[in-house]
Amino acid sequence: MIISDDIEFDLLLEAIWRKYGYDFRNYARASLRRRMEAFLVKTSLASFSHLQYRMLRDPVFFERSLDEISVQTTEMFRDASFFAALRNEVLPILQTYPSLNIWHAGCSTGDEVYSLAIMLMEAGLYERSTIYATDINPVVLQTALEAVYPLVKIKEMTKAYQQAGGILPFSNYYTCKDDKARLNPEIKSNIVFSTHNLATDEAFIDAQLVICRNVLIYFDRDLQDRAVSLMTRSLSHRGFLCLGSKESTGFLKAKVHLDVFNKDAKIYRKL
Amino acid sequence: MAENDKDPKQRIIVIGASTGGFEALNLILVGLKDALSATLIVCQHIDKSARLNYSMIFRELSGFHLHEVEDKQRIMPGNIYFAPPGYHLYVESDGYFGLSLDALVNWSRPSIDVLFESAARAYDRNVVGLLLTGANSDGVQGIREIKRLGGVTIAQDPLTALAPTMPKMAIETGCVDHIAKIQDVAALLVRLINREQISCIGAL
Repeated sequence: MIISDDIEFDLLLEAIWRKYGYDFRNYARASLRRRMEAFLVKTSLASFSHLQYRMLRDPVFFERSLDEISVQTTEMFRDASFFAALRNEVLPILQTYPSLNIWHAGCSTGDEVYSLAIMLMEAGLYERSTIYATDINPVVLQTALEAVYPLVKIKEMTKAYQQAGGILPFSNYYTCKDDKARLNPEIKSNIVFSTHNLATDEAFIDAQLVICRNVLIYFDRDLQDRAVSLMTRSLSHRGFLCLGSKESTGFLKAKVHLDVFNKDAKIYRKL
Repeated sequence: MAENDKDPKQRIIVIGASTGGFEALNLILVGLKDALSATLIVCQHIDKSARLNYSMIFRELSGFHLHEVEDKQRIMPGNIYFAPPGYHLYVESDGYFGLSLDALVNWSRPSIDVLFESAARAYDRNVVGLLLTGANSDGVQGIREIKRLGGVTIAQDPLTALAPTMPKMAIETGCVDHIAKIQDVAALLVRLINREQISCIGAL
């Protein structure tokens, strides 16, 4: 027997798509459903049908709930080995370009974008770089733009920076006020934050480097294929694509346009 | 359309373990040498920065293929899959794995509840859920869900667990079908695997 919850869940996704244009229908179902269920509990709504009713009639409520449905995990220098590969193998090649376009897709609250900016600064590449940092959710982009962190988080960032091979004092990159730390404005200077939806929007850039880590895991295979194909189209000849450490192009049709540059670091290169 | 009309699903064994888990798993896996067609999916609590060499940890297991799951990997018999450190592991109903970096569940990522609940929904009666040693309550809700959707549930006998809390709490829910000493778990699994319809088990 088909469980009623499943039908209600499908209808909810359909309603969101038709009303607001956010297409979650090809998201990885189990994790999306778990987030939605947690949201049901939080809002004391009895079922997906109740949630659908509320969302259809209350756009403000929908906008707030987008925060819960989309995922906001980002960390500075997550996966030290990836950043080491980026620093030691990719940046020396990018060094040869007079100017660099970089697309960071699914940047969330920006921690990883800032990690990238810091690494580019240290490699002497930042001045000629423009980073387009995009996310589906405008609220997280606002948080990213502020770049203010509680001190306890700065501690973690410092550790991650050092583990990823950072050699300067991390305190060079922020100033403290009260119990908050603010990243220095020059780190933000060449970053353009903007909304972009990998499920529905198109390519907008010709980039030498596209970073999209731990975003594809939230998509099913069809949507992964769409996203990787879109990102590949956004790459210039021999441009680099970086995925998350448990993601790969191995299961996707789009892999025919890419070759593996560093298997363990999940760095690919456009053919 | 009835669920039964779909292609019959392979049976999967989902295993949750925390403190003392690797030792317990070693004992079980060695005992499964004669059941190499099994599909085992393991959520072992582990620090997110851990880099594990599974073939070093489970040296006796020449017959099984061990994997740390990659996103959208297909679930295949004869394999043992481990949740990667720092990620939640989900079973999807189309027979693939999913991963997420969603918030911790029961202070854990990977979380046993996440694996168990998704497995129960995707594979309903074709799930065997096994909860091993551990010092917290992760997996207890998952055991409930597996039982509710028709799967078979097993808890390690807490007296044989390095950390008894987790299996003990599972047993207290009343949703556990079998309580097995750690040295008997493998034999029980072999008996369950070898039944054509695990959902039709009578008295064991």
